Amino acid sequence: MSEGNHKQEEKNDDVASKMGMWIFIFTELLLFGGLFLVYAVFRVKYADEFHRAAAQLNTFIGTLNTVILLVSSMTIAMSVTAIQNYNKKLAMNMILITLVLAFTFLVNKYFEWGLKIKHHLYPSSELMFNLKHGENIFFSLYYFMTGLHALHIIIGMTILTIAYVRVRNGSIHAGHFTLLENGGLYWHLVDLIWIFLFPLLYLIT
Amino acid sequence: MPEINYLSDTGKHKGIMSWLTSTDHKRIGLMYLYAILFFFLIGGSLGALMRLELMQPGQQYYSAQTYNALFTVHGIIMIFIVVIPGLSVVFGNFFLPIMIGAKDVAFPKLNLLSFYIYLTGCALAVASQFAGNGPPDTGWTFYAPYSTQTATNVVMAVFAAFVLGFSSILTGLNFIVTIHRLRAPGMKWFKMPLFPWSIYATAWIQVLATPIVGITLLMVIAERVLKIGFFDPALGGDPILYQHLFWIYSHPAVYIMILPAMGVITEIIPTFCQKKIYGYRAIAISSLAIAGVGYLVWGHHMFTSGMSTTAQWFFSLLTFIVAVPSAVKVFNWISTMYKASIDVKPPFLFALGFIFLFMIGGLTGLVQGALATNIQVHDTAFVVAHFHYIIFGGMGFAFFAAIHYWFPKMYGKMYNIRLANIYWVFIFVGFNLLYFPQFILGLQGVPRRYYDYLPQFQTGEVISGIGALILGIGIYMMIYNLFRSSKKGAPAIGNPWNGKTLEWSIPSPPPTENFEEIPVMTEQNEPYNY
Amino acid sequence: MVMEDTIKHITSYKGYLKVLIILLTLTAISVIAAWINFGAFSVGVALVIACIKSGAVLSYFMHLKFDNIVYRIMAIGVFILFAIIVGITFLDYLFR
Repeated sequence: MSEGNHKQEEKNDDVASKMGMWIFIFTELLLFGGLFLVYAVFRVKYADEFHRAAAQLNTFIGTLNTVILLVSSMTIAMSVTAIQNYNKKLAMNMILITLVLAFTFLVNKYFEWGLKIKHHLYPSSELMFNLKHGENIFFSLYYFMTGLHALHIIIGMTILTIAYVRVRNGSIHAGHFTLLENGGLYWHLVDLIWIFLFPLLYLIT
Repeated sequence: MPEINYLSDTGKHKGIMSWLTSTDHKRIGLMYLYAILFFFLIGGSLGALMRLELMQPGQQYYSAQTYNALFTVHGIIMIFIVVIPGLSVVFGNFFLPIMIGAKDVAFPKLNLLSFYIYLTGCALAVASQFAGNGPPDTGWTFYAPYSTQTATNVVMAVFAAFVLGFSSILTGLNFIVTIHRLRAPGMKWFKMPLFPWSIYATAWIQVLATPIVGITLLMVIAERVLKIGFFDPALGGDPILYQHLFWIYSHPAVYIMILPAMGVITEIIPTFCQKKIYGYRAIAISSLAIAGVGYLVWGHHMFTSGMSTTAQWFFSLLTFIVAVPSAVKVFNWISTMYKASIDVKPPFLFALGFIFLFMIGGLTGLVQGALATNIQVHDTAFVVAHFHYIIFGGMGFAFFAAIHYWFPKMYGKMYNIRLANIYWVFIFVGFNLLYFPQFILGLQGVPRRYYDYLPQFQTGEVISGIGALILGIGIYMMIYNLFRSSKKGAPAIGNPWNGKTLEWSIPSPPPTENFEEIPVMTEQNEPYNY
Repeated sequence: MVMEDTIKHITSYKGYLKVLIILLTLTAISVIAAWINFGAFSVGVALVIACIKSGAVLSYFMHLKFDNIVYRIMAIGVFILFAIIVGITFLDYLFR
């Protein structure tokens, strides 16, 4: 049985890593959870002002970004299938597409924020202070939540870039692809958060 | 003492570098121990400075501003740097893998990273005292709106807490995976000793509650820097929301502090009673129950804040409920002692001290949990006494118990037992003289966090001051004894206390890999098999 | 305790594509639903659709459906914990 334990130590590596990533995902969910709690409290308090403020967001870009992230979730999931099927080239291409989609998301966000900032609507601007209370809170939440989310996109892109390099040089392969799988899990988390952010920020008109 | 053990084994680097780059859970545990000891003494000295001011009414040595900064940093250090990490990072790191029959934790490199993140948090907390606009004066609770408006170094202090929280999350993650994946063959869940059980329950709280204070602290920074307004009524926010978010973590945090402490006591009592622990399953499950129900009581810190009556009622009820699993443990400990052959060694003395002081702390908690009496005692010295009994009398004494229990295993040396008995008296008597008067003063109306008080309360404050002195002497005697014995103590055998958990089956100090061969659990080497 | 996913389930590319189509459809529904005034239930509708979408991501993209049940229990536990915390907080806000 102690010999069995030694084997367990090898396999442990993959199962343990996955469990570790899942636990980390839980912490991230709760991190954003705190923000969702704040949103919920103020949404109930300032229902009308939230509606009015949300109308100023561009639903088209929001929807586009949602589609982008959903597709990118599919592509990274496909890359895991590809690596398990010994299809190194497809795996690399799928990761690459995911990264391109992620980058597009960020570019969209850049323009979205840019437009608001050009109109002097950003935290600590004069305009923000003169808004109605509910509208101010809405935009503060908007910037905080999408900003924190964008930071997590960047983190996810970093992990996936490392995974791409490792697939390319062969250290990730069908027998051992933990980093790709766990990186994929992290990416799906980023998608999950956006699935909730999108309707709560853009679709409450 | 065996030739090669974890203390002498150096590996790739030599000297101090072999420690600073070590991923050995035992070395990491010791490094945490020394860091925590260092900050405990600083935090304690800050407490002594407060006691000094409070020896007489009127302003003696510092301004009100300085006093506010003192209790703030005292709280930050004691809570975030000493007590929350405390037992988990020292004894959890050192003994969890050994007690479940593993060679190390699941992610040893992550473990070392957690330690460095912890040190970074400590450095930031220290820096917040000296850089910028002066040390924060908000109290360790950083309540809005004051924390978002005061000119002092709140951002740096709050960021220090954030970083320390991140370290806590990574440690919790590591321990959960360790317990799920690395238990020795045959060690099913209900064959695991109870200290690992308590570490498991604690780790879940670390992982699930800490992120919420993490985001809250970021909100405070955003509020200060960007004026986002979540907690500012002038911008539409609600200060009570801050309190909710803060206590949603900080109440479970106290269970992070106490659950491993209870786990330690649960290990010590069977050993010094030479008897199987009474109610093993009840203790394991009550640890999970405390962790679970502990998430639902946070509002009892906020009864007078302006919450709705419904919320007040709910939180009061849940607070009474959460006391039940703790009481279960106390019954089990006492029942273990019944008709046992008790050997009153220092670990057992500290364990007894724990039970007595924790009971007082717990019962006075119920006084605060009841809405009517809460209004009388909220923000008074009564609360200060309560939480020092629970945290210091509870977790603190458990820490002292743990170090006296596992010292021979960690260092391969025995400390002077007679001296330990003597300073135990100093510590126990000093502690009670220091904190018990505060219950009375609080009931009589003395507020907390005040650098001054009305003259009629001086007697109580002086008794507390004397108690602090006696306690301090006891603690220094303890540190002297342990420090000296770690170098010059008599060699200790592998199992000086005749314990029945796995750490007592390996040499003292343990070899680097803990076990030559991973043990297989059978009926013979089950824990508590007396 | 052995907890392997020794038979590693491999989802097909078609399978993932199907999930994506479901997700995109649900997204379209939620956008359209935003134009309909459900009054106080708007939030509820949006959240229900979001929950279904996240359920799909969790079960298929994140593989929870095919992994060891421990992960599913943990994930559900976390969502329940969060829901309880929100609920208790509203015991304050709804009854002030």
